Amino acid sequence: MALVMLRAPLADLAGGREHPVDGATVKEALVALERTCPNISGWVLDERRTIRTHVNVYVNGELAREETVVGDSDRIHVLPAISGG
Amino acid sequence: MTEVLVGTKKGLFVLEGDVGSGFDVKARAFPGQAVEYAMRDPRSGRYLASVTSWFYGGRIWATDDPAGEWQEAEGIALPEEGDQSLARIWVIEPGVADGDVYAGGDPGCLFESHDGGLTWSLNRGLWDHPTRPEWNPGAGGLCLHTIVPWPDDPDRLMVAISAVGVWLSDDRGATWRYSNAGIVPEYLPEEAQDAEFQHCVHNVRRSGSRPERLFMQFHGGVYRSDDAGATWIDVGDGTDLPSDFGFPIVVDPADADSAFVIPHIGAEDRTTPGGAVRVWETRDAGASWSPRTEGLPQQNAYLTVLREAFDTAGEGSGLELYFGATSGEVFGSGDAGASWAQIADHLPPVHSVRTA
Repeated sequence: MALVMLRAPLADLAGGREHPVDGATVKEALVALERTCPNISGWVLDERRTIRTHVNVYVNGELAREETVVGDSDRIHVLPAISGG
Repeated sequence: MTEVLVGTKKGLFVLEGDVGSGFDVKARAFPGQAVEYAMRDPRSGRYLASVTSWFYGGRIWATDDPAGEWQEAEGIALPEEGDQSLARIWVIEPGVADGDVYAGGDPGCLFESHDGGLTWSLNRGLWDHPTRPEWNPGAGGLCLHTIVPWPDDPDRLMVAISAVGVWLSDDRGATWRYSNAGIVPEYLPEEAQDAEFQHCVHNVRRSGSRPERLFMQFHGGVYRSDDAGATWIDVGDGTDLPSDFGFPIVVDPADADSAFVIPHIGAEDRTTPGGAVRVWETRDAGASWSPRTEGLPQQNAYLTVLREAFDTAGEGSGLELYFGATSGEVFGSGDAGASWAQIADHLPPVHSVRTA
């Protein structure tokens, strides 16, 4: 299983910083995370099931998108983008 | 004491005080986040706030104590696996039936709650309207920014969307019809000005004492309806109003002939004309308008006041008015606009002002 790594406030919502998930892609992994941690629904993936514009997802340190392939033991970091105003 | 809820780009500020002796910041919530709108339901005392996280999207939050913990409301989302995402919630308004609350947002969506704002559902009557593919946004987005219930009748609703126009429902939101007759969108070519629903309505308020009367600040005109929104007449053209462009409008609930506007120079320059801040008042249903300036800056003051950033408390001789600017000032009047005082300064850009 891959491991989704969260920081505040997502970690608070999800009840922890690390979450093992099943999924062949980033999108599948994030959808699986929403199933196990319903409080996080809509916070990372919007209604279109795309990663929110100002959220970055990394797989093993590489910037990823919804269709990025995820393998066992991969680390999926979900972080706010360097943006805002 | 009056409580004024100020939604800003960097959080919610709860001001408490009175215009004569001043206001303090009683609480600040959602630090660093854009609070689009906040209100307190007079029926339950519950506070509801629309907060748009730059990162994680827009939501409604609820609390009984704005200085304490807020609870995320459920159901503020568009249909999953669709092709649209909620940008933000622009306004929250109590309904008439017990527990009914409405919220309007971008893209042109209406949400309804029947438990005082804790859980919500998308109003499908408006979302699935067959004209939706023809709707166009204004500069601020496709925003449903105005919700006007009919007093004592939970089935009658009015909403306004930029840049689509006024919508009326007589069956509690199951079905909707547009209602823009008489409003002239001069920003369109002449041959297109008879469009049925490309109207950039900025704000609408209903008279408290005569519900069939409404006043509207339009993108190019101040209008009045005397038939519950079926038709509209221009009540700014040819008067002393310095411009036909502005965002907010409010009324004195006790006077059906009253309205207050804060004009901007125009669409190309959305600041107060002449570097002077003036609230314009009518007490004859728009036949004439007079500026109210005492206590407001009259030199080098180029303010922008957004459509949700003007509100009232009380009525008649006890009418209080409050407005906030994107430059962070909030002004208040305790004598129906005769005189004003700055009740807050140095706040982040103000998105909304609502008395609690």
